[in-house]
Amino acid sequence: MASKPTFSDEIANLLHASHGNPIKICMQCGTCAGTCPSAPFMDHTPRRLIAMINANMKEEVLASNTYWYCASCYHCTVRCPCEIDIAGLMYALKRYSMWKGQFKEGLIGPVFSETFVKTIFRSGRSYEPILATTYLFTFGLQDFITEAQTATTMMLKGRLPLLPPRIKRLKNFRRMIGRVIPVGGLE
Amino acid sequence: MKKFAYFPGCSLEKMALSYHKSTIESARKLGVEFEELDDWNCCGATAYFHVDELLAYTLCARNLALAEKTNLDMVAPCAACYKNSYFTNDALKKDPDLAEHINFALEEDNLHFTGKVTVKHLLEVFAQDVGVDEIKAKTTRPLEGLRVAAYYGCQVLRPRKDHEDVEQPHFFEDIMSAAGAEPIDFPEKLLCCSGSLIITNRHAALSMVRNLLQSAAQRGAAVIATACPMCQVNLECYQKQVNQEFGTDFNMPVLYFTQLLGLALGITPKRLRIGSELVLPTPAFSRVRRTPATP
Repeated sequence: MASKPTFSDEIANLLHASHGNPIKICMQCGTCAGTCPSAPFMDHTPRRLIAMINANMKEEVLASNTYWYCASCYHCTVRCPCEIDIAGLMYALKRYSMWKGQFKEGLIGPVFSETFVKTIFRSGRSYEPILATTYLFTFGLQDFITEAQTATTMMLKGRLPLLPPRIKRLKNFRRMIGRVIPVGGLE
Repeated sequence: MKKFAYFPGCSLEKMALSYHKSTIESARKLGVEFEELDDWNCCGATAYFHVDELLAYTLCARNLALAEKTNLDMVAPCAACYKNSYFTNDALKKDPDLAEHINFALEEDNLHFTGKVTVKHLLEVFAQDVGVDEIKAKTTRPLEGLRVAAYYGCQVLRPRKDHEDVEQPHFFEDIMSAAGAEPIDFPEKLLCCSGSLIITNRHAALSMVRNLLQSAAQRGAAVIATACPMCQVNLECYQKQVNQEFGTDFNMPVLYFTQLLGLALGITPKRLRIGSELVLPTPAFSRVRRTPATP
């Protein structure tokens, strides 16, 4: 009887559409955890998260904030002696948890990614002021004021766009996207 | 004259307009011409790959196909645009099925990807295609005595491409030396600026920015030079927030390397858009032995 793939198999094969990631050969050396500038803020270091995946601790992995604290700096990836693409693994986990609609409460990352992608669908270019709406409401008054001051100064110095930029061949661009992923509801 | 297809990216349109202007000005002085891609789109920064890989590759492939139409190699001044374009080019060349699928989508915009362009970062163009000897020869106002922290950040070097030194690179420092400046020993030069965590995980991000500013300040840098709009914004525009969060008093100017290079090549500060910073770099230039004209 065929057996279902384990959580660890699922995650290892979730990468790069075409080729898997050798997470199972992780020897737990901790180079990634020692390298990662974000590790002090994660609930599990990258090393421990890989051990948890290999132990099929699915619920705990999905409840972790680790991959949403990954800034995609690839420092771990270039140093891993087992040649595991750890930053790629973090991307894969972000996608996996977004499919499942399961992520730790209070995280801005998933909303931010979605807003970013929707902005691109609409105009083909990114527009900073729209992105700000994903996080400003989480701020206290003092932080909000500082943020507004920074934005105002940047605008006065000509560094923030007033209107969202747009590419010229937007119709073609949207039809192009429609050929790779279903984009119902965006038109 | 060397010519490249130029992919500026969203940040250089407004937030990092000074990077765009100083790139064009410096390149012209060094005999490099750029032809901007017609109707380029956003590279996706670090967000597309969170949502859908196929989508991410398709959007980057469109820019690559636009570059192919020019018959020139492609250069990106933004580290994220460079990294995404480089690896999409690489992935599509290695996987013909993926390329075929994406070419089917590109048909909608009458484009086709074949994989014939080389993707370069601006630093590589200056360090390799132009070369430090040429920069030295064209430097008319050397930045003598200006202590610069040459800050690589992440995506110019990582992930590993083929030949580069990902632990001890020095081509950025070499460019700064050629411009007459004095690159300091800056062990944090390869650490992350926190990227988009500045939006999604503010406290972690500010702490990472603080670490970089502190090291540069302690080591006596008068200015930090960057080659990425995200690094520039995080290090400069959020200094106030860092000071507020940690009770520090950093006042460290952060300029694009092309602005410093441009000054050394004799371009006026105004043409390099020096003065559009939140932390003004003017005091740093007072340390240059032969001070460039102030804006």
